[in-house]
Amino acid sequence: MPDWFYYLLQQLLNGLTVGSTYALIAIGYTMVYGIIGMINFAHGEVYMIGSYIAFIVLAALALMGIESLPLLIIGALLVSMVVTSAYGYSIERVAYRPLRGGNRLIPLISAIGMSIFLQNLVRLAQGSRDIAMPNLVRGGLDIGPATGFHATLSYMQIIIFVVTLISMTLLTLFITRSRMGRACRACAEDLKMTNLLGINTNAIIALTFVIGAALAAVAGVLLGMYYGVINPYIGFMAGLKAFTAAVLGGIGSIPGAVLGGLLLGVAEAMTSGYFSAEYKDVVAFSVLILVLLFRPSGILGRPEVEKV
Amino acid sequence: MMRNLKPALISAVVVVILSGLLMGIRLSQQGTSLVLVGAGADVAVKIAGAALFIFLFNLFRDQLTALWLKVPALPRTPAAFSILAARPAAHRLFWCFLIAAALIWPFLTNRSNIDLATLVLIYVMLGLGLNIVVGLAGLLDLGYVGFYAVGAYTYALLAMYFGIGFWTGLVAAGAMAALFGFLLGFPVLRLRGDYLAIVTLGFGEIIRILLNNFTSLTNGPNGIGNIPKPELFGLEFSRRASEGAQTFHEFFGITFNSVHRVMFLYFLALLLVLLTLFVINRLLRMPVGRAWEALREDEVACRSLGINPTAVKLNAFTIGATFAGFAGCFFAARQGFISPESFTFIESAIILAIVVLGGMGSQLGVILAAIIMTLLPEVARQFDEYRMLLFGLLMVLMMIWRPQGLLPMKRPHMELRT
Repeated sequence: MPDWFYYLLQQLLNGLTVGSTYALIAIGYTMVYGIIGMINFAHGEVYMIGSYIAFIVLAALALMGIESLPLLIIGALLVSMVVTSAYGYSIERVAYRPLRGGNRLIPLISAIGMSIFLQNLVRLAQGSRDIAMPNLVRGGLDIGPATGFHATLSYMQIIIFVVTLISMTLLTLFITRSRMGRACRACAEDLKMTNLLGINTNAIIALTFVIGAALAAVAGVLLGMYYGVINPYIGFMAGLKAFTAAVLGGIGSIPGAVLGGLLLGVAEAMTSGYFSAEYKDVVAFSVLILVLLFRPSGILGRPEVEKV
Repeated sequence: MMRNLKPALISAVVVVILSGLLMGIRLSQQGTSLVLVGAGADVAVKIAGAALFIFLFNLFRDQLTALWLKVPALPRTPAAFSILAARPAAHRLFWCFLIAAALIWPFLTNRSNIDLATLVLIYVMLGLGLNIVVGLAGLLDLGYVGFYAVGAYTYALLAMYFGIGFWTGLVAAGAMAALFGFLLGFPVLRLRGDYLAIVTLGFGEIIRILLNNFTSLTNGPNGIGNIPKPELFGLEFSRRASEGAQTFHEFFGITFNSVHRVMFLYFLALLLVLLTLFVINRLLRMPVGRAWEALREDEVACRSLGINPTAVKLNAFTIGATFAGFAGCFFAARQGFISPESFTFIESAIILAIVVLGGMGSQLGVILAAIIMTLLPEVARQFDEYRMLLFGLLMVLMMIWRPQGLLPMKRPHMELRT
């Protein structure tokens, strides 16, 4: 195999890694949008908080002398999911629930306020400087010739794929098999009717925020460990990219969010690999704009009919 | 009370979960290793206090609501006064008074205050411009700062490469920003409200990223310096005149004083603001202004009445962008130095907050909000750290309690007097 093939493969692997975490965050956007039709602008900050909690837990566990990698990762995941769930719930309760049913722009402005608030809360509590963590997972699998140019699939990337796959399987099982999952789907279909049929829609909406926040925490833990650097401002860009992924896949559709996340991750990796890393954010925005212009319903979404 | 015990307990626990780890423990870097530092006893006390407060608040929720309902409402403004205030003559008098105060004020105060007032006026202008888009036409534009950047960079680049002066630059900046508004608005205005918001945000960010990375033209993150200051009919505000020019103090035969330039910038900003106000008020009374507001209220009804929504939205978008371009040009001339750092999303959010706080559509409200938003951090320097935090909180609280803003817009209307 020629060198360019391995280069391409490497970009593809990097793109899929980052893309799968975008997918996790995008699910939060898409589920909330599917049910109450609002863009949860503060969702990116929840991801950022997840990263911070993960770093704190990892450092604390390391201080206690725990070295086993699965234990570290599971510990970080669990604690950070619990904390971000509390954030997801509180954000919905404080900033969105009182505004439900009004003008569409009002919850969006409130969400922007919430996003600024959370970003600065973390900045004040943890400082605005970059926090770096030494690599916990080293090494990887080499693909291709042992000498010369080859692609590498690092163990961290494998962990990201596995954890993402497990989370998505659990989510799918929950949504399709459980009673509450069915209620979620019913709410997405018709909120008012579901309420009339005796389902506590407020609780279901809160649950949606909690699930979205927990998945964002998973992404926060994984991406935090992958990049090894966090600061209070990472949530803004990550949130926008995940939103782009959700729109690309068709907002409201969970498989769409996954597909959109993977596609966006690959598109970004290709841009940094073949063009210039500075412009990878421009790619994300351009994708968003192009999709909204030419296919606002996304790849897997249903076209929205405007009702008077 | 017992009924509220369980939710109260739960919310107290949630507060502890929310803040315990994130605020109680601080990550810090020592060399290459990551260490944890306890945030200290005072933070623990604060967290406990917050949890207790939330617990008690939720426990006595019903009693508090009852108490709140018993508080007598504020006395309404007397009828005679509101009739007087509604008269056009009273309005005119009020505005005249306001403008007169703005004209006299700089002679009574010192240099730094005038400088601050100029900054306020820039924000007033931006707020008024965004008010057209958000408040009047009802299009949430989160990338407004992009047009501000276009205006500032147009003037800075033209001055750097072609040596043009401020006044030509002002026109060019306005025209360029309008062109950008038109070109960007054209494709996106078919989108529904919240999508539009995100797409405009994307455009704003793209403009900033391009300015940052197009190093050969814009000097990238280093920015552009030595932008010429504005001059008054060819008179410069400097100690020594440059080649073939005359200075202000030489022309009028007064001694040189650097305050003159600060004052001149202030009056220039005031002039621009007044111009903006005048143009917007005229537009509001024209069919296009009426169409903006009609569109905000009900797009479907507008379409059925034969108004072309895309054209009307494009109008609002372009005119709003033009004012941002003017403000950007003035900003560049005042600072003398610009870099992409000045045009981040946070700036857009601040301008949006000014519009939201003032009351969407209300011009007096926007002016008031711009003054508050700019002066507050200057007055409360010790709270500077908390500025953005409070600012985010304020945006949320405003949306919950008073989405119409501090001074809601009053539609011009006539009443029968008995």
